[in-house]
Amino acid sequence: MNHISPTIWQFLVKWLTNFALFPPEASKIAPQMDALLFFMVLVSLIGLTIVVLLIVSFSILYNKKRHPVAVQVEGSTLLEATWTIIPLGLFLVMFVWGALIYFRVYTPPANSMNIYVVGKQWMWKAEHPGGQHEINALHVPTGRAVQLTLISQDVFHSFSVPAFRVKREAIPGRYTTVWFEATVPGTYHLFCTQYCGTNHSQMTGDIVVMTPEDFRKWLASSTSGASLAQNGERLFASLSCAACHNTRPDARGPNLSGVYGAKLPLASGGTVIADDAYLREAILNPSQHVTQGYAPIMPTYQGQISEEGVIALLEYIKNLDSDYRVQQTLNTTDMLPGSEGKAPAAEKAPASKGTVKP
Amino acid sequence: MPDNPVTSQGASGAAKHAGSADNADILHAGHPPYLRHHFNSTEQQADTANFAMWLFLLTEVMFFGGLFTAYLIYRNWYYPAFVAGSHQLNVVWGTTNTFVLILSSFTMAMGVWCAETRRRKGLVLCLTLTFILGLCFLGIKTIEYREKIEMHHVPGFHYSLQSFLDPASNPEVFKEYHDQPLALDMARHTEIYFSLYFLMTGMHALHMIIGIGILAFMIFRARSGAYTAGHVTFVENFGLYWHFVDIVWIYLFALLYLISRHQ
Amino acid sequence: MSTNAIISLPDQSTARIPKDNFITRENGLLSWLLTGDHKRIAILYLISITFFFFIGGALAGLIRLELLTPQTDLMATDTYNKVFTMHGIIMIFFFLVPSVPATLGNFFIPMMIGAKDLALPKINLLSWYLYMAGGILAVYTMASGGVDTGWTFTTPLSTHYVNTNVLTTGLAVFVAGFSSILTGLNFIVTIHKMRAPGMTWFRLPLFIWAHYAASILMVLATPVVAIAIVLVALERTFGIGVFDPIKGGDPLLFQHLFWFYSHPAVYIMILPGMGVISEVISTFSRKRIFGYTAVAFSSVAIAVFGFFVWAHHMFIMGISNYAVLVFSLLTMLVAVPSAIKIFNWTFTLYKGSITFETPMIYAFGFLGLFTIGGMTGVFLGASGTDIHLTETYFIVAHFHFVMVGGMLMAFLSGIHFWWPKITGRMYPEKISQFAAVVTFIGFNLTFFPQFILGVLGMPRRYASYPPEFQVLNVFSTAGATILGVGYLLPVLYLIWSLKYGAIAGNNPWQATGLEWQTQSPPLTENFAVMPIMDHEAYDYEWLEQQQQAHKESEATHAG
Repeated sequence: MNHISPTIWQFLVKWLTNFALFPPEASKIAPQMDALLFFMVLVSLIGLTIVVLLIVSFSILYNKKRHPVAVQVEGSTLLEATWTIIPLGLFLVMFVWGALIYFRVYTPPANSMNIYVVGKQWMWKAEHPGGQHEINALHVPTGRAVQLTLISQDVFHSFSVPAFRVKREAIPGRYTTVWFEATVPGTYHLFCTQYCGTNHSQMTGDIVVMTPEDFRKWLASSTSGASLAQNGERLFASLSCAACHNTRPDARGPNLSGVYGAKLPLASGGTVIADDAYLREAILNPSQHVTQGYAPIMPTYQGQISEEGVIALLEYIKNLDSDYRVQQTLNTTDMLPGSEGKAPAAEKAPASKGTVKP
Repeated sequence: MPDNPVTSQGASGAAKHAGSADNADILHAGHPPYLRHHFNSTEQQADTANFAMWLFLLTEVMFFGGLFTAYLIYRNWYYPAFVAGSHQLNVVWGTTNTFVLILSSFTMAMGVWCAETRRRKGLVLCLTLTFILGLCFLGIKTIEYREKIEMHHVPGFHYSLQSFLDPASNPEVFKEYHDQPLALDMARHTEIYFSLYFLMTGMHALHMIIGIGILAFMIFRARSGAYTAGHVTFVENFGLYWHFVDIVWIYLFALLYLISRHQ
Repeated sequence: MSTNAIISLPDQSTARIPKDNFITRENGLLSWLLTGDHKRIAILYLISITFFFFIGGALAGLIRLELLTPQTDLMATDTYNKVFTMHGIIMIFFFLVPSVPATLGNFFIPMMIGAKDLALPKINLLSWYLYMAGGILAVYTMASGGVDTGWTFTTPLSTHYVNTNVLTTGLAVFVAGFSSILTGLNFIVTIHKMRAPGMTWFRLPLFIWAHYAASILMVLATPVVAIAIVLVALERTFGIGVFDPIKGGDPLLFQHLFWFYSHPAVYIMILPGMGVISEVISTFSRKRIFGYTAVAFSSVAIAVFGFFVWAHHMFIMGISNYAVLVFSLLTMLVAVPSAIKIFNWTFTLYKGSITFETPMIYAFGFLGLFTIGGMTGVFLGASGTDIHLTETYFIVAHFHFVMVGGMLMAFLSGIHFWWPKITGRMYPEKISQFAAVVTFIGFNLTFFPQFILGVLGMPRRYASYPPEFQVLNVFSTAGATILGVGYLLPVLYLIWSLKYGAIAGNNPWQATGLEWQTQSPPLTENFAVMPIMDHEAYDYEWLEQQQQAHKESEATHAG
C-alpha cells in the first residue's frame, strides 16, 4: 500500500464500489432494451473471439519459422457463403428485435398521462396538465404510462433519460413524443444530448420518480393555481378565438368541442386526425388546414403565441367535452388528493419547494 | 515484346525523360506536341479527358440535385405559395431565354464540329456567337432579377408579401391569372419559393458566367488556331459543359415557370 | 513475356539508392510546388496532412484534459465547444478524408496499375492547392475566434443561434470538398483509362478496388454537402428561410442533405484503409487474398449501400417510423460486406508463411479494432438500441474505433509498408514495432472506457459531467497520453530513417504489386519500361519465377 499514493488508492476504491456497466433500470422498457443490448454484446464477443482466435492460431501455426512456404488457397465459396449468411442472419435478428423495441418506445399507449416539455437554450421546461411547472426537473409517478410531448423553442435539443433507456429529440416547429413507465422510485439523470450551444453541458436536470402516493402529494403541493387548460381558456378569450369558434349556428369557424382526436374532413380534400401536431399547425399555419365547409379566413398566430401558449390552448381544446377529456380528467385528477371527477387543482399551493416554479 | 508498338513507344518516351528535359523538340519527337507524356496515345488522352468531363458533370448533377430535392419537398408542402410565386415570373422572358440558350447550344455544337473539321474561322464565329448568346441570356436574367428587386421579392431583403396578400395590387399579373389572395401564413411561404428561385437560377447563372469566361479565353486561343490543329478535346469538353448548363436551365424553366401556370 | 518489362531486383546487400529518381530529378521549392508528378504531390499531401493531424491531435489532447475532472476547470464551456468542433472539422475534412487516398493512393494507384501518372496531373496539383486553401482557412478560423457549431453544422443552431465564424469554416469545408471531388474524379478516370496492357479489372490489387469504391462516393456525395453548406451560408447571412421553421423551412432537410454526404464520407474514410490492409496482409503472409472477388465486390457493395443509410443518424429526430425501418434494415445490410472482409483477411493467414513486421502488427490491430468498431455500429443501426446509445459516448467510442482504430491504424500500416518504396530507406524495425504496440494499448485504454460511459448515458459534447463518470474519464485521458506517444514516435523515427535508415532496395518485402517491381524511390515516370501484366494480383509463384530467371541471367552474364 505504501507504494500507491493515497489519492489514487481512494480513487480506485471509490471506483470499485461504484463500478457499473449499465445504468439503473428504472422503467418498464429498460429490461427489454438491456436484453437486446446483452444479446448484441454476446454476439460481438463471440464474433471478436472467433476473429482473434483465428488470427492467433494461424499466426502460431503458419508463422514463417514453422511454415516457411505458403500454400496458395484460392478461396472457398462455402466459407464465403457461411460468413455472409450467418452475420446477415444475426444482423436481421437484431434489426427485427431493435425495431420492435423502437416501435414500443415511440408508440404511447392510449390512456397515458401527457406532460408537455419545452426545450430552450439551456433549460427544460415541463408543464403538467394540472398547471404545475418545472424547470430542469420532472416528477413522475411509478406504475403509470407517462407520455411526453416535446417541442423546442429554438434549436434541436434531445431529452435523454438513461435510466429509462429513452431519448427523443425536441425539434423546433414540430411535436415529437416519447413515453415510459417508471418502475423504481428515485432520482435519475436528465440530459440534453443534442449539442445545442454554449451551455449544452449544463442543460441537465433530475427525473424524480415517486410512488403514486407521493406524486399525488407533490402535485397538490406545487400547483400554480390554474391548470394548463384554465390558462388556455384565458388565452382563448384574450385572443378572441371564441369570436369565430363558438356554438352559434352562424359561427365562422368550426366548433372546437370534441374536436380533439376526431377525424376531420379537410377543405383541400382528404381527412386528418386532429392530434396535437394538427392543432398546433392549424393555429400557426391555418390556411393549409381548413376544415371542410369553412372559409380560409383564420389569421395566423405565428409569432404571437409562445410554444407554452400553444400548449395551453391545446390543453384547453382537449378538455372541451370529448372522449379525450374524460380520459384526461380521469388520468390527472384522480391523482389529486380528494378530487372527485372534474375541477382540476384549485387550492392554493403551499410554499413551493425545490425546482418548482409556481 | 519490343515489337509491341505501345510498349516501345512508352519505352522511348521514358528514355527521353531520363535525359535533359529542356529541349521541347526532342521531347515531342515522334508524337504530336499536345500529347502529354503520361499518355500512350492521343486517343487515350482524348478518351480520358472526355470521361473525366462526364464524371464532372455527374458531380454537377448531384450538386443541383440537392436543390431540386429541396424544391420538390417544399412545392409539395406549400403548393399554393409556389403557384402564386411562379405567377410572378415572366414567362415571356423565360421562354425567350430558353430559346436563346438552345440557340447557343446549337452554335456551340457547330463550334465543336468546326474544330473537329479544322475550320478556324468557323470555330471563332461559332464561339463568338455562343459568347454573345450567353451574354444575352444573362442580360435577360438581369432584367428579370431587377423586376423582382423592384417588387421586393428578394428573400431576406425587405421581402414584401403585398403581391400575394393583395394580388390586385399588381394589375399586370392579376389580369392574366386572377389569383385569389393568399392567407398570411401561406403568403409567407412564398419567400421559400423565391429563395429557391434565386438559388437555382443564381447557381445556374454562376455556371453561365464561368462558361462565358472560358468562352472568352477559347475565342482568344481559337483565333491563333489552337483548336483547329487536331487537338479538340478542350472544345469538346467545354461543349459538354455548355450543353449541361443548357439542360439544367430547361429543367429550371419547366419547374419554376411552367408547371404551376394553371392550377 | 514480361520478364524483361520489369526491372530486375538488385542484390539486397549491394543495393544503393538510385541516382535518378523522382526526388532527385529536379531541385528547388518551385519544382515541388508546381509539380505534376503524382508522387511529389503525394509527398506534399503527406507533409500537410501530418501537420493537420497534429493540430487536430493537440485539440483532442485539450478535450481529454478538460474531461479529467467533472467540472469545467480548464476552459469555459464555449471554449470547450470550439475545441471539439475544430477537432472534428480538422480531423474529418483535413485528415481522415484525404489521409490514405491523397497520400498512398496518389502515390501508388498509378504505380500499381502500371501508369506513368494519374490521368489529370494538373487537376491533381489543383486539388492539393484547394486542400491547402481550405486547411489554412480552417486554421485561420480557429486562430481568429473559432467556431462552435459542432462539425455537423446543425441548423438552426448554425444559422441563427451562434455568433462564431460559421461562414469561414463553411467555406473551408466547401473548398476542401472540391479538393476531394477532384481527387476522386482523377482516381476513377485513371483506373478506367490508364491501366497497363494486361491489367484487367480482376487483376487489380484490392487497394485499387477499395479506392475505386471510395472515389465513387467522393464524386457523388461531396457535391451534396457543398450545396448544403451554401444553403447554410445563405440562410445565415440573408435569412432565406429554407431551414428556418418560423418561415416554413425544415431544419431536418439540412440533416438529410448533410448526412447524405457525411454518412458515405465515413466509407470514403475507411475504404482506402481497407485497401491498405489487403495489401499488407497478403504480403506478410505470402498469400493471395482469400476470396479476392468477394473482397473486391464487398468494397463496391459498401459504396452502393453506403448511399442509402444516411437517415440512421436521425432515428430519434421524429422521422417516420417506417423510414426508420427501411434505413435500419439497409444499415444491417451495409454491415455484411465489412464482416466478409474481416473473415477473408483472417483466412488469408491460413496456410500462409507469416512474418510480423510493423505493417502487419498495425494490420492485426486494425482487424481487432475494426471488428469492435463495426459490431458496435450494428448496436447503433438497430433502431431500438440506437435510442439509448445515440448521442452518448457510445457513438464517440464507436466512430473512433472505426476511424482511429481502423483508418489510422491502416494509414500507419500503409506508411510503414510503403516507406521503403517512397524514400528508398527502411524504417527502424524494433522501435516501430514497439510504437505499434504502444498505439494499440493507448488506443484501447482511451476509447474502450467510452463505450461503458456511453451505455451509462454520458452525453457527448459535454464540457462537464456528473462525478460518477470521472473514473472512466480518467482512464480515457490516461490512455490518450499513451496514444499521443504512440503517434509521436513514428514521426521521429521516420524522419530519422530518411538519413540513417538501411537502404531498402527495390522490393524489401518481396511483394507482388507492380509498384515493387521498379526502383525505390521510383523514377519520375515510374517504370523504365512499360510493364505488362500477365498474371493475377498477389501471385507469389510468379514473383519467384521472376527472381529465379533473374538469378540465372545474372549467372550467365557473370560467366
